[in-house]
Order: sequence, then C-alpha cells, then structure tokens
Amino acid sequence: MHYTFDFMSVFVNWPRLLYGAWLTVQLSALSIVLGFVVGTLCAVAFKSKSWLLQALVKAYVEIIRNTPLLVQVFLVYFGLASIGLRLTAETAAVIALTVNVGAYTAEIMRAGINSIHPGQIEAAECLGMSKFHVYWHVVLLPAVERVYPSLTSQFILLMLASSITSQISAEELTATANLVQSETFRSFEVYVVIAVAYLALSFLFRAAFWLIGKSAFVRKRKLGTNL
Amino acid sequence: MNSFTFLHVEYLLQAAVWTVVLSLIAFVCGGLGGFAIALGRISTSPALRRISSWYIQIVQGIPLLVVLFVTYFGLAIAGFKLSPLVAAGISFAVYCAAFLGEIWRGCIEAVPKTQWEASECLGFNRFEQLHKVILPQAFKIAIPPTVGFMVQIVKNTSLASVIGFVDLSRAGQIINNSTFQPFTVFGCVALIYFCLCYPLSALSKHFERKLNVSNR
Repeated sequence: MHYTFDFMSVFVNWPRLLYGAWLTVQLSALSIVLGFVVGTLCAVAFKSKSWLLQALVKAYVEIIRNTPLLVQVFLVYFGLASIGLRLTAETAAVIALTVNVGAYTAEIMRAGINSIHPGQIEAAECLGMSKFHVYWHVVLLPAVERVYPSLTSQFILLMLASSITSQISAEELTATANLVQSETFRSFEVYVVIAVAYLALSFLFRAAFWLIGKSAFVRKRKLGTNL
Repeated sequence: MNSFTFLHVEYLLQAAVWTVVLSLIAFVCGGLGGFAIALGRISTSPALRRISSWYIQIVQGIPLLVVLFVTYFGLAIAGFKLSPLVAAGISFAVYCAAFLGEIWRGCIEAVPKTQWEASECLGFNRFEQLHKVILPQAFKIAIPPTVGFMVQIVKNTSLASVIGFVDLSRAGQIINNSTFQPFTVFGCVALIYFCLCYPLSALSKHFERKLNVSNR
C-alpha cells in the first residue's frame, strides 16, 4: 500500500466547498419552511370532516413515505421536464424536498394535534374564542411545542438527505465535492472533508433549532416544564 | 428511441431482487452491529458508553450518500478492490448499526427499572439479567420501530446506485436513458418500491397497535 494522502489539493478548493455548503443550507432551510407549512396544512386537513380531504392526505403521506427520495427527485426533475416544464436543478430539488418533508411533517403534526386534550378546545370555546383562534392558540401552537423534538430531528435528516439532490446536479455541497473530486482525483480526501462539513452543519442546525425553540416557546422557557 | 415495454418491467423486477438482497444484507449486518452498539450504550463501562455514543452521533450526522462514497473510495485506497455490492453492504451496515443501536437502546431503557432491581434481588448477574429478563421484554417493544426502520433501509438502498450497483433505481435510470419516458419509468420504479415498503409500514403500524393495548 503506497498511498499518500493529499488533503491540500482539496483545501485549496475551500471557497467552492464553502459556497456549496451555503447552498445546502439555503436549499434545506427553504424546503424545511415550505415543507412545514405543507405538512401542517395536511395535518389540519386530515382532522377535517371531509372524507375526500382525509383520503387525499392519507394517500399523499403513504406514497411519499414509502418511496425513496431519490426516485421522487428524479420524477420531479426528469418527469416535469418531459411534459415541457423545464426547471433548474435547484428548483426541482426544493420542490422534491418540500414534498418529501411535508409528508413526514404531516404525520408528526397529526400526532401533535391528536395529543391536545378535547377539554382544552371545549374550554377555549366556552371563553368565546373564534374557531380560528381556538385552532391557532389552543391546538396548533401547543401541538408544535409538543412535537418540536421530533420535527427537529426530521428536519436535520432532511438537511442530510438534501445531498441526494446532487444526483440531478443541484449545486450543493455533495455536488461541489463531486466536481472537485473529478478535477483532483482525490476522492477519498474530498468525501472525508465533506463528511466533516456535514457533521458541522448538523450541529449548526441542531443549535439553530434549539435557539428557535427557546425563543418561540415562551411558556416552556419561563416555567421550565413541558406542556 | 425505444418505448417502454414489458421487457423493461421484467428488467426492473430483476433489479428489485437486488434491492431486496442489499436490504437484507444491510439489515442483518446492521442489526448485529446495532445490537453491539445498543449494549455499548447501556454498558456499565463509561468508555464503551462514550465510544458507542460518539459512533451514533457521527454516523447520524453524515448523509448516507457521503458514507457510501467514503467507504467505496476508502476501501479502494486500502487496496481492496471490492464489488459495489460489498462496498454498499458495508456502508449500509455502518449506517444501520447507528440507527438500530439508538432505537434498541430506547427499547431496552423502556423496560421498567424495577425489572432490573427485581432480577438483581434474585441474584442474577448482569448477563443473566439481560439475557433472561430485560432483552425478552425489550424485544417485544422493539418490533414496531424495527420493522418501521426496515422501510427506511429499503428506501435508502436506492442510494447504492451512485457507486454503480444496479439496483431498482439504477435500472430505472438505465431504462430512462434509452426510452426518455421518465414519468412511466420512474412511476413504475416508485410503484415497485411502494409495493416493497407499504406492507412493512402496515405491519409496523399493526404491531404498534397490538402492543399499545392500554391506549386503545
């Protein structure tokens, strides 16, 4: 075995890798926000009385949760292109990731909404709160607070999974690594470096979610207890 | 330009067999590793606890795709010329061990503490405690999440296509390159994955409901 490791040829490309990491952050953040909205709407729709809405949401969640993200990405990117809708790789990536994380969020939020005691809703109705206010203050916000840890880990998994979009050459961290790799032929070194970068990103995301949780859930911060 | 025919479907189904094979390898090897990690996490030795916890933190913080690349190219540097199946099998075992280890640790810790204390009172040593009292109970708790994680394994094997392993998604890409009918081809691929995964999901839900008698 005569192999000399050469990390320098990877490190000279650090501006590109850093930019790739920044795009990964943007891609993930956008998909997380959009996916959270989609998922929450789906969870609310699932609690509605319309059986059609329920069936649609159920089908959406089951189909997405039982097929690989890679195939979903291909379907969005190549599929939409074949019917004339030409998207950039980044747009296709955001759409696929949003659709994907939306399904998981829907399932998590459904559990959160289910965990709200009916007595709470009845009490809020007795106070004369409007339907919207009841849903917003008594159901949704406490539900998010309860499932926040699960949401956080799901979102971090999504950030890691965004590496899959390198397969349609969305210019994020892994795709940049693929490029650097093909120029320097230092494949092992490149991928070790971005493995460390992803590790750092997941710690960053965890810290960010912790901060968001701290600032968003005032009651928890003041009382120091869970709901 | 070819069109999509039944021959292609047959090719996809053949590739699906390889997806299943890889999933089984991943589950069996990852399960063995995961069991070791779970035991490490609840070990009485702080060093073992720390090592297994680091292992989980690191592997869960890296995308599977990057794990695959690192293993594939790393093994090549070390002088092993391995087939994509072996390289993919190793990466998946590494990946699954981290997740299954964490899942099973949770299951072991879900067994009430009084069971540990009672078995200690009966004079069992630590091995007997685990073997005769704790693990059989933890096993029951572990079934639903483990079956649920198998769905993740099957889906994640799609990533093995990037190192040249011809599994279901790679086969889909190959066919798409010659037929240019992405909706039909990847729709078919997605359908086959769905047929593999949905029964597992349903089974997991069924076990969960069966176990959770008090909350019915």
